[in-house]
Amino acid sequence: MSATAVHSLWTTAGGVTSAAPGDRFTAPTIEYAQLAPVLIVVGAAVLGILVEAFVPRRARYTTQVFLTIVAIAAAFAAVVGLAADGYATKNAHIAAMGAVAVDGPALFLQGTILLVSMVSVFTFAERRLDPAAGGNRVDSFAAQAGSVPGSDSEKAAVKAGFTTTEVFPLALFSVAGMLVFPAANDLLTLFIALEVFSLPLYLLCAVARRKRLMSQEAAVKYFLLGAFSSAFLLFGIALLYGYAGTVSYAGIANVVDGSVQQIDPALAGTMGNDALLLIGGALLLMGLLFKVGAVPFHMWTPDVYQGAPTPVTGFMAAATKVAAFGALLRLLYVVLPGLTWDLRPVMWGVAIVTMLGGAVVAITQTDIKRLLAYSSIAHAGFILAGVIAASPEGISSVLFYLGVYSFVTVGAFAVVTLVRDAGGEATHLSKWAGLGRRSPLTAAVFAVFLLSFAGIPLTSGFSGKFAVFKAAADGGAGGLVVVGVISSAIAAFFYIRVIVLMFFSEPKADGPTVAVPSPLTMTTIAVGVAVTLVLGLAPQYFLDLASQAGVFVR
Amino acid sequence: MSFPLLTATAALPAIGAIATAAVPAARRTAAKWLALAVSLATLVLAGIVFARFEPGGDRYQLTESHAWIKDFGVRYELGVDGIGVALLALTALLIPFVILAGWHDADPLETNSSRWRPTQGFFALILMVEAMVILSFTATDVFLFYILFEAMLIPMYFLIGGFGDRAHAGSDENAAAQRSYAAVKFLLYNLAGGLIMLAAVIGLYVVAGSFSLSEIAEARANGSLDMATSTERWLFLGFFFAFAVKAPLWPLHTWLPNAMGEATTPVAVLITAVVDKVGTFAMLRFCLQLFPEASKWATPVILVLALISIVYGALLAVGQRDIKRLIAYASISHFGFIVLGIFAMTSQGQSGATLYMVNHGISTAALMLVAGFLITRRGSRLIADYGGVQKVAPVLAGTFLIGGLATLSLPGLAPFVSEFLVLVGAFSAYPVAGIIATVGIVLAALYVLVLYQRTMTGPVREGIGSMPDLKVRELAVALPLIALLIFLGVFPKPLTEVVNPAVQHTMHDVQKKDPQPEVEAAK
Repeated sequence: MSATAVHSLWTTAGGVTSAAPGDRFTAPTIEYAQLAPVLIVVGAAVLGILVEAFVPRRARYTTQVFLTIVAIAAAFAAVVGLAADGYATKNAHIAAMGAVAVDGPALFLQGTILLVSMVSVFTFAERRLDPAAGGNRVDSFAAQAGSVPGSDSEKAAVKAGFTTTEVFPLALFSVAGMLVFPAANDLLTLFIALEVFSLPLYLLCAVARRKRLMSQEAAVKYFLLGAFSSAFLLFGIALLYGYAGTVSYAGIANVVDGSVQQIDPALAGTMGNDALLLIGGALLLMGLLFKVGAVPFHMWTPDVYQGAPTPVTGFMAAATKVAAFGALLRLLYVVLPGLTWDLRPVMWGVAIVTMLGGAVVAITQTDIKRLLAYSSIAHAGFILAGVIAASPEGISSVLFYLGVYSFVTVGAFAVVTLVRDAGGEATHLSKWAGLGRRSPLTAAVFAVFLLSFAGIPLTSGFSGKFAVFKAAADGGAGGLVVVGVISSAIAAFFYIRVIVLMFFSEPKADGPTVAVPSPLTMTTIAVGVAVTLVLGLAPQYFLDLASQAGVFVR
Repeated sequence: MSFPLLTATAALPAIGAIATAAVPAARRTAAKWLALAVSLATLVLAGIVFARFEPGGDRYQLTESHAWIKDFGVRYELGVDGIGVALLALTALLIPFVILAGWHDADPLETNSSRWRPTQGFFALILMVEAMVILSFTATDVFLFYILFEAMLIPMYFLIGGFGDRAHAGSDENAAAQRSYAAVKFLLYNLAGGLIMLAAVIGLYVVAGSFSLSEIAEARANGSLDMATSTERWLFLGFFFAFAVKAPLWPLHTWLPNAMGEATTPVAVLITAVVDKVGTFAMLRFCLQLFPEASKWATPVILVLALISIVYGALLAVGQRDIKRLIAYASISHFGFIVLGIFAMTSQGQSGATLYMVNHGISTAALMLVAGFLITRRGSRLIADYGGVQKVAPVLAGTFLIGGLATLSLPGLAPFVSEFLVLVGAFSAYPVAGIIATVGIVLAALYVLVLYQRTMTGPVREGIGSMPDLKVRELAVALPLIALLIFLGVFPKPLTEVVNPAVQHTMHDVQKKDPQPEVEAAK
């Protein structure tokens, strides 16, 4: 695009607004009630910052935990209320001047994100695992995030028993962004939501109490690669604007399917240019595929999952994936349905390499967190198979899978926080040898999660896998199903390997012990197990919920 | 609504498993008795099922049907035909013996660890497997069957990997490594087979729009469901692959010798006598019924594989130095016979195959469990470590001999009837196949008799001299099984009566007529 084109765009755009200063301005109508879930969470996050500023240090932890849990519960209640008012089905519409959709998928995903965040926050608030420092019980987060690792100021902070209670408002901001992300109905809202949930996550990754350098390294990697992906996304948005003359989903979709013929004079040179559409759409997809961790945009996943504090890893692995897949679904089904056939080969390719790549590389891993990271990549591939199905059934199967997967993931990472030795969490696989002999219950619970990841029948993982594979096969993607079952077989190998290690290996003398957590983490794990078994045995109710919620508003 | 008898038969061991697992660590013996009581009660229920089943009645009896997962089109549908009822009875019959034989196999070596409860786990897992196997013999919904077919692997996996044979040559560490290798191999083979079947299950649903066996079979029969030839073949292959791994058919058999060698003998019996039968049973019920044309299309290849299994398994059995692996290879040979009988597509062949499943279960259980008693006494699985046992422990040697003679299908013992029927069925349809299969019988005589000769006869070897004879518990395992072998060998009518009508249904499904007037064999 030449400089003059840019010039004309700006001058024309300026001309339109300056033609009628003031009198043509209409105040935007904001449906506050329908945005309540997001507003509650953002409000609580802002309050949380004030708490950091004004509440005495001793009382901060209790206040923050209370505030966070109440806010998430209230937001969830708001989601349920909206769904009960029929916003998920017949009353679905687009709020805030076309910026945010309030419809079935949005509400379903928001509900899932909120529940998952709730149980994740429980693990954030866990204070019985790490030995007390400075007379205070401490959690998994650094005493003082700003102090250089190994420095005197760090030692002083540890000795004083400081804790980083800022993690709670940060998590709330992130949740707020995630709530908006799958509901965003124009590309700018999408981008802002992306940044709102990503920036706090970069920070959260950096504040581990143990292995701080690794944690900071992970945060930097995540930030840099995340910034890249944001740039791709933004570039894609710009190109799509050039193509359609609007950033609203419905507007772009109308141009794509040809129902809008009128060409914006400012964009006469570019509008309707399919090259822009294809490149812009592809860049946009790249940005989102980065967030879901699909191959070849997955490079950040293992390092970040390993380096981040484990509660954050669980939260990130579960909630981010839900939000990002939600946005991906909306983008593909609302904005680019006209491109289904153009994008299909690409998406097929991405899904296949993601399934196989995640499963194959996971075999070689020796760290439990990295292993789960690669497993999450393989799962992203399975979900993509459902996304590609391009049918209402595909949408609902993906919604269901996301719900299933996120609870198992949070539960699995919660178990990882329990297995500890003198150096903190013992994440190297060799240390897990014989865990089943020492702590049969913990090992059994983890085995349940692993079997669910592996998709063994009677666990939720199987229901989810079956749902997406069935949708994919119905949608004519039988080839993906075959690749899916092959990579499931490969993936089963490394899940089973961990089970072998836990149950059939002799425990080592200096092996880790299983810490006894507070009721908070126990709740997280119990919820994970309950969801795994209930959705494995009787998934019908939730499948109904997902299929009712499976229609996007336009 | 009538009493859900089949559900009860499956639910009882499942509940019993949970109860057994919950017994406190110190009350180990109570857990054993509880498990035994549950398995006997299950046997009673299975007996009622067997008695209530009317051979001349509907194809599927004692049916139950409930909505389960509507979105997947899955129903909880149960029902037994004659084949199912025979295998259900076999399963319920063998489990008490498995439990009795494994009475001391899972006692903890050191009693100090209070939270580790291997004994409870061992018996709970056995009961759990029983529940799943019973349910899979009665499931008439493809999806329900698939779920059980896969889920069964997990308790089996823990049984193989978690409770090794103590009589292992070599160090403990080495034993643990080999055991865990065997367990993983078992699981991966079967899981891979199962996942390929999953693709076919999904494909079947996409094509047929239902998982109900009766609905699909009806739609196929009246022509409302028209499967393209290639689709049917692909789906058939997906199903058959999983069953062939489970059965196990050459060349997918290699997990079996490892698993049977490393597992404790009761678990080895559970694998080969009970769990593997699900594979051959499913070939009869699902492959032939859902994909009759593709089954006929694949028959030549499958027959060749079955023949290879028969001869190859028997040849390798002759060459084994390890008693348990010898029996494992013998089983591979026998599974070849079963598959041969099924795919000969004659009524004698299929009746024979069904009887073979039952009789092989009983005869292998007898031989393997007695072999287990022998191995526990000496602490070695190697044939070379034995000799002259019959002078020291004549009862043990005698029961071992009868188990062995049953394995080589001596007339008068139950397996003879079934082997004869299979061969007659195979001869009448494919004479060459029948002739080749006969080689398997000759080799069977060789490996069984050589095994007996080397271990039981000759001079008493070092370490054998003080070997005690069978105890009461062990006699309670061996004698009833031998009695059954003799009874069914002389009087197979109760079984044939139940099985034959079901076989006629299957023959009707594949639209095959016997090549010649029906032989009234072995009545």
